[in-house]
Order: sequence, then C-alpha cells, then structure tokens
Amino acid sequence: MTLETLLALVIGALYAAGLYMMLRRSVVKLVIGLALLAHASNLLVFTGVGLTRGRAPLVPEEATVPAPGVADPLAQALVLTAIVISFGLLVFTVVLLYRAHQAVGSPDLDAMRSTEE
Amino acid sequence: MSMLTALLVGFGAAAVAPALHRFAGRWTGALLTLVPAALFASFVIRVAPLVDGHVATERYAWAPRLMLHLSLRADGLALLMALLITGIGALVALYANRYLEGHPHLGRFYLFFFGFMSSMLGLVLSDNLLALFIFWELTSLTSYLLIGFDHTRDTSRAAALQGLLVTVGGGQALLVGVVMMGSAVGTLELSQLPGHALQTHPLYPWMLLLVLVGAFTKSAQFPFHFWLPGAMAAPTPVSAYLHSATMVKAGVFLLARLTPALGATPLWESAVTWVGGATMVVGAFLALGQRDLKLILAHATVCVLGTLTFLIGLGTALALHAMVVFLLAHALYKGALFLAAGAIDHATGTRDLVLLGGLRRAMPLTTAAVLLAAASMAGLVPALGFIGKELVYEGALAAPRAPGLATGATLLAFIPLVAVAAMLAVRPFFGATRELPHAPHEGPPGMWLGPLVLSVLGLVLGLFPSAVDGLLARASAVMAPAAPPPPPLKPWHGLNAALGLSVASLAGGAAVYFARDGLRGRISRLRLERWGPGRGYELALAGMLRFARFQTRLLQSGYLRRYLRMSVVAVGGLTAYALLTRARVWPELRGGDLEPYEAAVGVLMVLAAVTAARTRSRLASVSAMGVVGFGVALVFLFFGAPDLALTQSIVEALTVVVFLLALFHLPAYEELSSRPARLRDVGVSLAFGAVMATLLLVTVQNPEFPPISGYFLQNSVPGGHGRNVVNVILVDFRALDTLGEITVLAIAALGVSALLKAGRQKGTAR
Repeated sequence: MTLETLLALVIGALYAAGLYMMLRRSVVKLVIGLALLAHASNLLVFTGVGLTRGRAPLVPEEATVPAPGVADPLAQALVLTAIVISFGLLVFTVVLLYRAHQAVGSPDLDAMRSTEE
Repeated sequence: MSMLTALLVGFGAAAVAPALHRFAGRWTGALLTLVPAALFASFVIRVAPLVDGHVATERYAWAPRLMLHLSLRADGLALLMALLITGIGALVALYANRYLEGHPHLGRFYLFFFGFMSSMLGLVLSDNLLALFIFWELTSLTSYLLIGFDHTRDTSRAAALQGLLVTVGGGQALLVGVVMMGSAVGTLELSQLPGHALQTHPLYPWMLLLVLVGAFTKSAQFPFHFWLPGAMAAPTPVSAYLHSATMVKAGVFLLARLTPALGATPLWESAVTWVGGATMVVGAFLALGQRDLKLILAHATVCVLGTLTFLIGLGTALALHAMVVFLLAHALYKGALFLAAGAIDHATGTRDLVLLGGLRRAMPLTTAAVLLAAASMAGLVPALGFIGKELVYEGALAAPRAPGLATGATLLAFIPLVAVAAMLAVRPFFGATRELPHAPHEGPPGMWLGPLVLSVLGLVLGLFPSAVDGLLARASAVMAPAAPPPPPLKPWHGLNAALGLSVASLAGGAAVYFARDGLRGRISRLRLERWGPGRGYELALAGMLRFARFQTRLLQSGYLRRYLRMSVVAVGGLTAYALLTRARVWPELRGGDLEPYEAAVGVLMVLAAVTAARTRSRLASVSAMGVVGFGVALVFLFFGAPDLALTQSIVEALTVVVFLLALFHLPAYEELSSRPARLRDVGVSLAFGAVMATLLLVTVQNPEFPPISGYFLQNSVPGGHGRNVVNVILVDFRALDTLGEITVLAIAALGVSALLKAGRQKGTAR
C-alpha cells in the first residue's frame, strides 16, 4: 500500500465518521463530528499536494533557496490557518450549544427549531 | 446633436423629472415637452442628408470582447421610428401633463415616461444586437412601471406583471438567439450580419425560432396577443404612446431589421406570414366584441401589428414598402384615437361605447380629430391610411405564394377594421345626447392638440405623400437593399384591383357596422378569456406557484441534518460524477513503500474515528477525538511539517480541555434516532467518505496544474528575509490572510465571552 492510499483511507474514514456524527440528533455528537470533519479537510489539503517524508521547507543557513524536493510550503500555510480557524469555530460552537442547552433543556436538536424561548 | 447626446438628453430628462416636478408643479409637463420636441427637431434635420444617401453612424466601444458596441446608425427605418418616438412623445408628454394634472406622482410618471422614450430611441438607433437587446429589456421594464403606474389597483399590478412576464420571457429567448448568431458569425453589428452564412448555419432554425419568440411576444402576435389589451390598465397617454405607436412596434421593427440577415428562407416566410396573418384576423375579430373604447383600440392595434408582421413575412419589395407606409399611417391615426379616447374619458367619466353619444357639440375639436383619424383607419380617400391600405392589398395580390389566400386574409382583417373605425367615429359623437357621469366639455388645449395634430398630419401626408416619400423609400431599402427603389407614393392609384378590394372592404365594413350589436354580443358570449391563450398564461403562473410551494415543502424542512444530508448527497454525487467522467488516470493500488510506524498511526486514527462515532460515552468519544487530533499532528510531523505538528498538538490539547470543561454541562448521549435512520446515515456517510478518498487519490495522481509554491521557495530569503518558508508565507506573502484569521479568532472570542456572560446574567435573574 502506498502512503497516499493509506492517508486516503484515513481521510475517508474521518469524513464518514464526522458526517455520521453530524447527522445525529444529539448536540454533542454534532460538535465532535464537526471536529472530525475539520481534521479530515486539513489532511485532505495537506495530502493533496503530494507527500514528502521528513523534509521541511526550511532554507539552510548557507543557502538562499531550500534544497530541491522539500514539502510544499503553501499547503502547510493554508492548513495552519485552517487549524486555528477551526479551533475558534469549535470553541464558539461548544459554548453556543451549552447556552442553547441551558435555554431549551433538551439534548435533541429537533427541540431547537423555534426562535421563541 | 450627436445621437449619443440625444440618448443622454432623454435619460437626463427622466432623471431630473421628479425634482423638476417639485419645483415647477403644473408647468413640469410643458417644460419637459421641450426635450422630445428638441430631439424631434434634431432628427428632422437628419432626414435630408439621409435621402441624399448619407447614413449617419456613431460607434463607441462598450465591451468589445463581448462583441458589444454602442453603435448607433440612423438609416431610414431607424430615423422613421425615431421621428415617431420623439414627435408623438412630445405630444403625449404635453397631453399627460393635463391628463394627470394634480396627480401626486406626476414627477415619477415623467421619470418612467422619458426613461421609456430614451430606451426606445436607443433600441431603434442601435446597430449592435446586444445593445439593442439591452434597450429592448429597458423598454419592457419601463412599460411594466407605466402599466402599473396606478399601483394601488391590483388589476393594474396584475396587468403590469403579465406584460412584463410575457415580454421579458420573449426577451430571454431573443438574447439566446442573439448570442447564437454572434457565436455563429463573429459579429453582432446589424449592418454587417452575413445573411448567407447565417441561413446556411446548422443552428439557423433555432436562432430564427428564438428571435421570432422575442419579436412576437413584444409585438403581441398570436398567441401572445393577450397581454396588450391587459396593458390598457395603464394611463391613456401610456396606452397611446407605448402600446400603439412605439413599443409594440419594436418586435415588428426587429423583424424588419433582421430581414436581410435571417429573412427570405421558406421557414422565415411561412412562420412570419402565418403568425402575422392569424394575428390580424384574430385581432380584428376580437375588436368587434368590445365596448370599452381603449379595448377596441387595443384589439385593433393587435390586428395592425399582425398586418405589419404579415407583410414582412410576404417579403417582396412591394410588401415591405407597404409595411413601412402602413406603419406610419397607423402610428398617426392610432395615436390620435387613443388620445381622443382619453380626452372623452376625462371629460365624460366613461369609455363605454354603448353609453356614449352626442358629444359633437360639446367636444367639436375632439370630434374633428376622431373623424379624420377614423377616416385614415378605414382607408378613405384622401387620408394616408388609404395609400397604406392600397399598398397592403397590392402586396397581398402580388404575394409570391398563395396570393388568393393572402388577399382573402387581408380582406377578412380589414372589413372588421372598417366597421370598428365607423363605430368609433359615429357612436360617441352623433345621435342623441345621453346621460353621462360628467357633463361633457372640451378639454384644455394640451388635450385636443395632440389628437388634432396627429390626425391632420394623417390627412396632409395623404394629400402630399411626396413629403415623406424619400424617407419611406430609404426605410424600405433597409429591408430590401437589393431591390430597385419603390415607385413614388401617390394620393390616387387609379382604378385597379387594389381599389376594388378597398371598396369591397368598405362595403363589407358597412354591413358589419349595421350588424354590430348582434356581433358584439355573439363574440363576447364566446368568453374567449375562459379558454384563450390568456387563460394559458394564468394556468402557467398558478402552476409555477404551486410547484414553488411543493418544492419549498420538500426542501425547507427546518431540520439541520436534512439540509446537511441533502447538501452532502448533492456535492458528493456531483463529485463522484465528475470523477467517473473526467478522471484520466485511475489510482493504482500498487505494492507500497509504507513504513510500519506510518501504518500504525493510520490504523489507530481509523479505529479512533470509528470509536468516536459508535460509543455511547461522551468521555470516550471526546478522547477518541483527541486521539485523531494527535494522529493528525503525527502525520504532519512525519511529512515535513513541524510547524503544523506543533500547532496541531497545542490546539488539540486545548480542544480536549474545552470539551472536558463543557462536557458536564452538556447532555448525556441518548439514542434519539431509529435504527433504519441510523443505517441510512451510515450508508450516506460511508459513500461520502469513499468519494472523498477517491477524490484524493485521483487528485494526487492527476496533477492538473503545476504547483505554485516554487515562487515562495525561491523568494523566501531574498524577498521575505526568513528561512522558514511556511512562516514567511504566513506573516509576509499572505499576511492579509493571517490578519483575517486573527480577526476570526477575535470575533469567536468575543462571541464566547458574550454568550457566557449572557448566560450568567440570566442565571442570577432567575
């Protein structure tokens, strides 16, 4: 099995598990599903540009350009941004659900369809 | 004045009209009338050079790569229409000032009115089909606003919407036809369209069909004629201007314009002739069934529009010349009749032909105008309508195919038209004076000037047709450039077959006139509105609304997971479709170079994901989520992304802490959905996961584009003075993205803090 095949399987499993949890009626499962989906997407972008074992995109002290064959820096920059943003989103969602649960008093998403309290 | 200036002046007048009304009050109309009058003068002085053979053109680049130019061209046809638009426009603007005197929204009326006038001018002057289309749609839009001017009445609004939907629907067809023509021959300049290349193009039938739908809807041809009588909900000046003299002629005008490019094929001839012929007979027949003056005139207009289309379909030089003459004659007499009908309505409070009578003493000037206009409509010597009608008969007699049928249809349309003209001329003005809602009186000069000028002009041009001969010859030459110039118009054509037909239609018209009351009853008892094309429009509209309600019920359930499932199925399905049809190389699952520790981390992550989804324990699923997160960090570490690994580890630790903190305030897991629902979701999720995995493999093995990261690797040290390329991208090359990211975090933090604070306050209040 190649590297990409392994990661494709992992990403597929993460997407499937994340989506399945988001489709549940329990609010907590929704958030955990969201987290899994974020992991899957980050890995998708990271793997999509091709994998390179162990060679970080760093420029050695004596050179002005990195050695050929380093990992793609652009995908890493994008993923780094995405990690931080999905963290912000996740924390906000957790707190929002906490407040919604306080207001509605039910774990069931179906109980949260009304805009009235 | 350049043509562009003329357009800008017109639109400028529209823009200032509301403000002007606030200052000038009842003088608004008089002041604004100067604008179309000046434009009319500017077009009159273009006539002599044109007759000498000089065609004025102007060309301004608009969006050249879309073949869109503002090319203006004042050839015979354009100039004839421009003169009608500005000339009748001036009279109607003056008339409307008195007709709508004291109306609080007179300023808005003039805004729409001049907006329409300028759009119509743009339409007739455009030599570029796309520019013409834009003006075309503008006229539909302003027509909508004008029909619905009396917007507090729901019949006005419904009529406005009907007119808009029919004409704009046709406009969409026209646009597609125009784009097809443009991509077939590479130009959209009307004067340069290569007729042969278009007519031999394999898509020619489609282009023709789409363009014809556009022209037929605009010019109220059967079976789209029903919107025009509906449009009579507009104030009468609007009916006179848009719905008889100008806008409804836009479709006929377009057909005339496209005759050299698309015309003279058997398909064109049969489609245009049959539709035009059917429209003229249906329109004339329906006109006999009406009592309302405006509805009679509207149906008679449908009849004339059909005749014009019919003549274009016949396509001989004679028929095309007859079309131009008849168009001018009709604009003059129908404008006069509509304005007079408005004056009668204004003076007496009714437009019902059966109620009116004996107005000739109270309204002598209006009576004179109507008598002259009706004479032209009936085609009596020496009105211009007589010359037009003679030419129409000559054209029908000389039709290239089935001249007997063509002549018969013309006769069938003109006999009711004569009867209608007689009804309009006799009934309201002669006979006994009747009880009317208001005592009749002649209106102010603004209201009788328009009809009188137009009808007298119809008589004068009938006596001295040489005044417009040159212009009309140039106009028909636009449609038949190769034909020899038509013989000069004469007030009297001598004794010939056409004259015999004229006499026959007068005699037939007289007979119908005396049988009018019985006929009207019989036609109105047919209740065409119950099963005519207008009913089809209503059914289509109701059906569309029903479908929209059904679709809303189907899609807008209000459940998050249904939306999610629908989106995922749609996106995943489309992705799968693209993969199946587009992927050039399918992934090979060949024997690999996998290190044992990499495989171990992968297996661990899959197991953790499955555990998270399956477990009933909140703690277990949060822990499993943490395992996945740290697994992701390890993957980053293995494959040359130490920064990511570091960030991911910190973030994952924080996430787990946040979850554990919140966990005991959040509800325990419950089994809420049924077993079939869970199985269905497992199926959807697994399919989606499989699509995403395949997408990744196909993407990696089919690089569509070279990576663009080479630039960042090369310029990190020279341009960004940093040795960690990822770092340099984040804080230098793509610093704005990072700023956005920080902003998102800040907003999330503010949101979290606000939510928690609100929760505490509520808690203490309780």
